[in-house]
Amino acid sequence: MVNVVKLLSGNEALALGAYHAGAGIATAYPGTPSTEILEFIARFDDVYAEWSTNEKVAMEVALGAAYAGTRSLVSMKHVGLNVASDPFMAAATTGVNNGMVVVSADDPGIHSSQNEQDNRHYAKLAKVPMLEPSDSQEAYELMAYAFDISERFHTPVLVRTTTRISHSKSVVKVNRSRVVPVSQAGFQRDVEKYVMLPVCARLRRPLIEERLVKLAAYAETFPLNQVEWGELHLGVVTSGVAYQYAREVFPEASFLKLTMTYPLPRNLIRHFAAQVDRVIVIEELDPFLQENIQAMGIKVTGKEFIPRVGELNVGIIGEASGTAGLVAETLPQHKLDIALTLPKRPPLLCPGCPHTGIFFVLSSMGQRSKPPKAKGKAPKEPKLIITGDIGCYTLGAYPPLNAMDTCACMGASIGQALGMEKAGISDKVVAVIGDSTFLHSGITPLVNAVYNEGQITVIILDNRTTAMTGHQDHPGTGISAQGKETKAVELEHLVRGMGISDVNVVDAFNIEGIRTVVKNSLDSPELSVIIVRGACSVQVTKPSEPRAVDTEKCNGCGICLLLGCPAIQSEDEQVYIDTALCAGSACTICQQVCPRQAVVPKSKIKAAKSQ
Amino acid sequence: MKKFDLLITGVGGQGVILASDIIGEAALAAGYDVKKTDTLGMAQRGGSVVSHVRIGQRVWSPLIKEGEVDILVAFEKLEATRWGHYLRSGAIAIVNSHALPPLSVVLGNERYPTDEEIADSLGQWADRIYFIDGTSRTRKFGDVRTLNMFMLGCASLFLPLKVHVWKDSISQRVSSTMRQINIAAFNLGRKEIRGVRI
Repeated sequence: MVNVVKLLSGNEALALGAYHAGAGIATAYPGTPSTEILEFIARFDDVYAEWSTNEKVAMEVALGAAYAGTRSLVSMKHVGLNVASDPFMAAATTGVNNGMVVVSADDPGIHSSQNEQDNRHYAKLAKVPMLEPSDSQEAYELMAYAFDISERFHTPVLVRTTTRISHSKSVVKVNRSRVVPVSQAGFQRDVEKYVMLPVCARLRRPLIEERLVKLAAYAETFPLNQVEWGELHLGVVTSGVAYQYAREVFPEASFLKLTMTYPLPRNLIRHFAAQVDRVIVIEELDPFLQENIQAMGIKVTGKEFIPRVGELNVGIIGEASGTAGLVAETLPQHKLDIALTLPKRPPLLCPGCPHTGIFFVLSSMGQRSKPPKAKGKAPKEPKLIITGDIGCYTLGAYPPLNAMDTCACMGASIGQALGMEKAGISDKVVAVIGDSTFLHSGITPLVNAVYNEGQITVIILDNRTTAMTGHQDHPGTGISAQGKETKAVELEHLVRGMGISDVNVVDAFNIEGIRTVVKNSLDSPELSVIIVRGACSVQVTKPSEPRAVDTEKCNGCGICLLLGCPAIQSEDEQVYIDTALCAGSACTICQQVCPRQAVVPKSKIKAAKSQ
Repeated sequence: MKKFDLLITGVGGQGVILASDIIGEAALAAGYDVKKTDTLGMAQRGGSVVSHVRIGQRVWSPLIKEGEVDILVAFEKLEATRWGHYLRSGAIAIVNSHALPPLSVVLGNERYPTDEEIADSLGQWADRIYFIDGTSRTRKFGDVRTLNMFMLGCASLFLPLKVHVWKDSISQRVSSTMRQINIAAFNLGRKEIRGVRI
């Protein structure tokens, strides 16, 4: 692999960098934009890679490995670090024996997340070093430094990337091969270091401050912090992908590109600032660098004109800098004469999705939608409250299903449902959660609901995969991250073991079955769990006969359109099914909901026509 | 060395990302600096997808600035129109004329733009617009997944990369069983685009 040039995504480069740096263990829970890091490193046979049940567990497994003689990598999306923050703070306190690198992939612009947060603050909170790549080449290179820093300073190292870095491909010169540090797996007992009784934690506390001072000195000479001298009237301090944008906006300026962004190289920054007439900071999200530099007494601006919200780009920085008088103001290039209002195209549940049927049932029971042709009264207020969770099924919130009322964070649906019930609302509360999300963080709130005598209905949508992030396995599938067959956790045994007796498993493609089970659960005065089971249609490869609409029977009522299935189309008031998209006999949900039996297997229409 | 900024747009599931990967890898093989990035929302299928591919001597930002796209390759015509404002004046637009109406249109809540509106809208920026029904033309391959290679073939005529570089890049990214049909779709696109009157 030495000396080849490749086009790699930031995530692939981080994984390859960690592999070459000798990582022996990699853990993660899938989450956009971080997922591909583990997927990529899992391909190497000489690394143990696992999908952990959640980020907290992933962090703890990585920490255990780093205590016991192996370099470990743990990766997650930004909100994953919220889940893992407890062991992260613990790791920062105990320190490590072998290198431990924590990758946080932030999502400025909220491309695929529930919030926007700047995880650089975690480095300051935990008092650990942080590195940030500005392209795939740096992502590859910085991993070797990250592991070395971790071992040299006995600390976990935070590598912070963003969607744009993780999901952009750029050219990487691969110039190393795998080097595994010569250390045997083994744990050296050290109570003062590893057992955080208050008496021991108090001993660790000053060491953290000492470590930070040493790290700040190291930052001064860190080779990936780079000064690029240009004209001296403007100096730009920047990091991450913002560096790439700023290079285009200020082609003549001097640059201080920081790759180690915590702790900061104070002398380097002071020296740089002293050489230029004016210093600005260009950074995405919060004024993290800016405030830290201001605290050194250096006059610097940035967030006075650069937005704090959302993802940056060349256009945004250019316009903001124009307003601030830093560059000539750019006039809009094109005058828009024709501004069309275009129909939106939000993501949808796929044709044959096992979530469509249950949401259709909940939607119709809750009276949340009405057929396009139906005249008269608007839909009544929903009679059900549906708390939701994180996954493909969150798309059930969109019209025409309209079948979700909350979505906060992983596992929140169950606790929220109980809270609403305990608040005393008169409507029945249903929590909807996917199988992977349930295993991630739905188990403890369900135990809580058992203990505190909740009467909610919890619906587990079991499609046997982590679909939204690209079909990763999880404890319920019984397949490991490296494709090995392992033990599968049976959801029904798990929930029965908690003491819940009203547990039903129902086929995701049987509308009547779902309706009956949901109705019984809603009528029941006790806590109930419904497992709606059906394979994700993207993973179904079995050939299947598409459905078609018998136009003689169809009266255009539009009930099938309420499924929101992308295969069901309409042209000139006539509904038809796109054969290329239809999941066919594996699904048949539209056939089941049609009140006039106008949806039939395609061959029946052909046969009728040929007669 | 000239620079080329390409925007590849379409609907999730049409193969936009694979197509843009292949363009990037072909350009790298031809000695260019390359950056490419995709913007896609959550979930797997059905949403609006756009890929930025930047080719040049030295590329900084992975995202193309609005108003600087040289070539738009749209796998669906509504998705061409959605990104028209990214084109520079004088840009080229290659547009699959087959419509995939979004759900809001199917439900009758929103209106799909007419062909004239689409042409007028893109014509505000593009000098040359090639409408070509890639969906119908690739039907003979019996696999909807050949559309992206057909569109790639169309785009290839406007980039200074040799045919064998394209074919090598395609071959490296598709399975051996699918290679022949994908190359055939690429060749067809390359041939048919020459016949499109603008």
